[in-house]
Amino acid sequence: MSGHSNYEPKSGFEKWLDVRLPIIRLGYDSIVDFPTPKNLNYWYTFGGILAVCLGIQIVTGIILAMHYVAHVDMAFASVEHIMRDVNYGWLVRYMHANGASMFFLAVYVHMFRGLYYGSYKAPREVLWLLGCVIYMLMIITAFMGYVLPWGQMSFHGAVVITNLIGAIPVIGPAITTWLWGGFAVDDPTLNRFFSLHYLLPFMIAGVVGLHIWALHVPGNNNPTGVNVKSKEDTVPFHPYYTVKDGFAISVFLLMYAAFVFFNPNALGDAVNYVPANPLVTPAHIVPEWYLLPFYAILRAVPDKLMGVVFMGGAIAMLFLLPWLDTSKVRSMRYRPTAKLYFFIFVIVTMILGYCGGQLPDNKIIPGLTTFQVAASDLNSVVWLSRLATAYYFAYFLIILPVLGLTETPLPQPESISEPVLSHPANAPAGAAASPEKRG
Amino acid sequence: MASTVVGATPEHHTGGEDPNRRDFIHIAATVAALGAVGGLAWPFIDQMNPAADTLALASVEFDLSKVELGQQVVIKWRGKPLFIRHRTGKEIASAIKDNHADLRDPQTDEERHKAGKAEWLVLIGTCTHLGCVPTFGGGDYGGWFCPCHGSHYDTSGRIRKGPAPKNLAVPDYTFLSDSKVKVG
Repeated sequence: MSGHSNYEPKSGFEKWLDVRLPIIRLGYDSIVDFPTPKNLNYWYTFGGILAVCLGIQIVTGIILAMHYVAHVDMAFASVEHIMRDVNYGWLVRYMHANGASMFFLAVYVHMFRGLYYGSYKAPREVLWLLGCVIYMLMIITAFMGYVLPWGQMSFHGAVVITNLIGAIPVIGPAITTWLWGGFAVDDPTLNRFFSLHYLLPFMIAGVVGLHIWALHVPGNNNPTGVNVKSKEDTVPFHPYYTVKDGFAISVFLLMYAAFVFFNPNALGDAVNYVPANPLVTPAHIVPEWYLLPFYAILRAVPDKLMGVVFMGGAIAMLFLLPWLDTSKVRSMRYRPTAKLYFFIFVIVTMILGYCGGQLPDNKIIPGLTTFQVAASDLNSVVWLSRLATAYYFAYFLIILPVLGLTETPLPQPESISEPVLSHPANAPAGAAASPEKRG
Repeated sequence: MASTVVGATPEHHTGGEDPNRRDFIHIAATVAALGAVGGLAWPFIDQMNPAADTLALASVEFDLSKVELGQQVVIKWRGKPLFIRHRTGKEIASAIKDNHADLRDPQTDEERHKAGKAEWLVLIGTCTHLGCVPTFGGGDYGGWFCPCHGSHYDTSGRIRKGPAPKNLAVPDYTFLSDSKVKVG
């Protein structure tokens, strides 16, 4: 997409097209000849996996929209119609519902990968920001999609999340009414959510295009975090990473298929198979698993407005990250202290996810009552959420800014090739040399 | 995998090009990927075919006593109009008289109604040209006339004039009793 091109049109048609619309050149430079660091590990395959996820969601979503009816009286029945009557409707819907979970699973791995290897640092800040925009669009899209089946969890989830906006002082209630198109979540809300749920994936696809563009200007980061110094450090994207990504995509699709075919409702909530009833809220209302950490942060704060602020702040941290992390060393391979805090951060996000799925007053250790401090029960989910929330924000606002100034990083290699070539396994045994020449 | 590759490698070492295991893996992987995409393509295509509930609604029963002599009632069947015509003796006679006229789609009148039920004509009410609904009693032959492109049908629903290639189609139907038919 940028810089020097090695593409040489061969056939007459390619030459003709190249001076009119150099689209083959674009493809060649982006996914065939693109110089890619030769040390990318499997954590770097999740970008390709995510592209596949987006494609699957769009294709299955377009199909579902052919059979779905966005009306409060018919939405639930139309989903059952898809499940029971439409040819392979069950397959398409289970692919779409589980595809959302797989999409988020992959995006979280992709994001943690970026956090660990410092992929948000200069000159990749815009790349990272575009990724954050995609993630936000994904959250909004997933939320709206979850409303469409018009089950109990759909409806009351929509009620709770749209009411969050009501926490904004002065204009909040007016915005909420505007979003609803009425005085409650109802038919107008369902219709506009359907419209936007169809639109947003294409916006995601557009931002993904920008994301890839912003990737191809500085080129990939890599597990060492060291810049590419010479041609020695890179291999062409094809066949090296098309094959590696292809293998990872196949393994990922196997896991995805295992959910779709053997346990398609494992990640969903059974209550959403009860038609929406605006008069009764389910006893335990939770979002889908991928939004549970944010839900835990929301509930950790005992104030309506501040809860929303913290929840939004949790995502805002990601946007600010390139300027919060003061360390010049990209990869945490060479930052032993930061690495420790990073792994605690990963565990903390999972703890938040666990807390988000529990009732706030549930006990962490059942039967234990000795952790009462004043009027607070520190053995409750809400207090665990608070501790985890505190760490979440401290990681971005205190640990990364301070650590970059105080820690002593390990020596970084001179180049990407250097640690590979000096590795003891590369002593001249000859076995691993020139694998392409073997029969 | 190893066992599949073994046969492909060592036997062919007799000079020249070595059909190596890498080629084998490339071909196998490509075929597997194409197979997977093809396997997935069928559900994505088939979902647009009529769903089970659409197929389940494919037959309809009708009470003939609603149709007076000389009248036609139009009902909807599989989303299309269905003509149920109670023919007069004159209309039947005119249809039989034309059995051996110059017909584009030759059929006798007997072939277009159930035996002994000449007064009842049950036809799919879409013009065989491009699917418009012909109007009752119009045209040069007193049957139907299609307003879209001017096809004339006689009192047996046979095409007589205009662009339509075929007679109005007779659906599968049976008499459940003297006054009741089941179509589809």
